[in-house]
Amino acid sequence: MKTRAPAIETRDLSLWYGGFQALDGVSIVVKRGLITSLIGPSGCGKTTLLRCFNRVNERYGCVSTKGEIEVLGKNIYDHDVSLVELRKAVGMVFQRPNPLPLSVYENVVFGLRLHTPRIRLRRSTLDEAVEKALSEVGLFRELKDKLDFKATSLLLEQQQKLCLARLLPLKPEIILMDEPCSALDVDGTRAIEELMLGLREKYTIVIVTHNMAQARRVSDECIFMLLGEVVEHSRTADLFLAPQHHKTAEYIEGRYG
Amino acid sequence: MKKRLEAMNRPSRPRWAVLGEKMLEGVIRLCGISAIVFVAAILLFVFREAAPILFGDRFHLKQFLLSVEWYPTSVSNVRYGTFALTVGSVSVTALAMVIAVPFGLGAAIFVSEFCGRRMRETLKIVIELLSAIPSVVWGFIGLTVMSKLIVAYTAAPVGVNILNGGVILALMSVPIIVSIGEDALKAVPDSYREAGLALGATRWQLVYRVLLPAAKNGLLAAVLLGVGRAVGETMAVLMATGHAVHIPHGILDSVRTLTANIAAELGEAPVGSDHYRVLFLTGLLLFGITFAVNLTAELVVRGIRRK
Repeated sequence: MKTRAPAIETRDLSLWYGGFQALDGVSIVVKRGLITSLIGPSGCGKTTLLRCFNRVNERYGCVSTKGEIEVLGKNIYDHDVSLVELRKAVGMVFQRPNPLPLSVYENVVFGLRLHTPRIRLRRSTLDEAVEKALSEVGLFRELKDKLDFKATSLLLEQQQKLCLARLLPLKPEIILMDEPCSALDVDGTRAIEELMLGLREKYTIVIVTHNMAQARRVSDECIFMLLGEVVEHSRTADLFLAPQHHKTAEYIEGRYG
Repeated sequence: MKKRLEAMNRPSRPRWAVLGEKMLEGVIRLCGISAIVFVAAILLFVFREAAPILFGDRFHLKQFLLSVEWYPTSVSNVRYGTFALTVGSVSVTALAMVIAVPFGLGAAIFVSEFCGRRMRETLKIVIELLSAIPSVVWGFIGLTVMSKLIVAYTAAPVGVNILNGGVILALMSVPIIVSIGEDALKAVPDSYREAGLALGATRWQLVYRVLLPAAKNGLLAAVLLGVGRAVGETMAVLMATGHAVHIPHGILDSVRTLTANIAAELGEAPVGSDHYRVLFLTGLLLFGITFAVNLTAELVVRGIRRK
C-alpha cells in the first residue's frame, strides 16, 4: 500500500460550547483520496469534529477551540486563512438535503456566482459547469430537461445528489458529509453510497454516520469516537473484525449507542 | 375478557361537560367569523350613508373622481372633486415608502442577521415603543419640530407639506416593516444559511443571494402593510401636510389627503346633507384603494408562490 499524504490533520484539538466540552484532545490524520467515516453514539462529538474542518461551527457565538487543524497542509486557524477559500476547498453535504429555493441550474452554479466576478461569468461557462457537475453525480440524464424546476420540488435523493453536485464547480479537495443518508430511503441511500465510491480517489471524503453497516460498506478508514475523544482509528476492515479497544468492540456489537 | 368489560363500564362524561364543550365551540366559531360580519357591517353602513348621493341626479361620478375642485360649502356653485385629495394621499404615501422601505428592510436585516442577542432584544423593544407612539403625538412633532426644520433648511415657505407628512408617516410605518420583515427573515430555514456559508458565501452575499430571495413574500407583505398604515393614517397627516387642496408640484408643496379631509370636515357637515354623503363616499373610495392594495399584494404573493 502506497503512503498517502494527509488531507486533514488535527493536533490535540479541544472544543467547548460555552462551558460544555464537546471535543477533548482529538489528534487524527485523514488520508487524501480515501473515504474516512466517523462513528460513535449520539453526542460523541463526531458532527462537531466534522464541522470544525470548514469552520462552519463558528457561526454559533459561544464556541471556543484549542489545538490545531491542518487542512491540505495549512493551519486553518492561522490569521491569514480566508474562510471563503477554506470553504471552497472543503465542501459540505448536510444531514437533510438543503438545496436553496432556486432552480436546479441556479443551485449548481450558486458557488460560481458567489466567487467569480459577474463579467467573467459567461452563459456557456455556466452551462458547461452544470452539465459537468450533474453528470458527475449521475443526475444529468434525469434532470437535463428540468433545469428550470425548483430544486426543492425534486425527490429527496435527487436533492441530496444536487447538494453534492453544487460543490463540484468550486473544485473542492475534501467533501464533508454529515449523515448524508439519514433522510433517505434504502434506494436513495444505495445511490448516494455508490456515488461516494465513484468519487473516491478524486476527492477526500469524510462521512459522519450513525449507521455502522454503512461505515463498513463505504469507508476505507474508520474513526470511533466516544464522549469527545477518539477511541480508535484504523482501517475499516480491521476496526470491525479486530477492534483494539474493548469500548469499540462493545459499540460495534451493539451493546450501547 | 374481564378487563374489557370493566373498561366498557367506565362512567361516561357528565352531560353538562358535553354541552359546555359544544357551547364553547359555538362561541369560538362566532369569534372566528365575526371579522367577516364586522367588515360587511361597516361597508354596508358607509355605503348606506353614501348611496343617496351616489345614485342621485345632481352627482357626477366622473367629476367626483377626476376633478380637482373641492368646494363643498360654496353657496353658488358646489363642486365635489376629490382628485387633488387622492393625489395628496398617494404622494405622501409614496414619499413615506421611499424613505421607510430601505430603512425598514435594512433594520430588519440588521436585527435578524447581523446583531448580537442583547442588541437584538434592545432594538426590538425600542422599535415596539416607536410603534406605540400615538399618531397625534407624531402629528404634533410634525407641526412643531419638523416644520421648523424644514423652513430652516429648505426654501419652503411653510413647513407643513408633503416632505413633513412623508417623513412622519415613514417613521410610523418603519416599526411595522421591521417587525414583519424580521419575522419573514427568521422564518427562512437555518439550513439555507448553512448551505450558503458552507459554499463560502460572505454574510452580505448570504443576505442578498439567499435570504432576500427566500423571504421575498414576507418582505413584500411587510412593505404592503406599511403602505396600508400610511394610506390609512389620519391624525398625523392632518397636522403635518398643510391641508391645502391642490395638485402638488414638488415635495415642498402642501397637500390634503383623503383621510385628513374626512376627519376635518365630517364634524361640520350637517347630517344627511350632500356634503356629509360625499364624505362617506370618500370613505368608500379610501376603502377601495386599500382593498386594491391588499388584493394586489395577495395576487403578487400567490403568483410568486406558484412559480
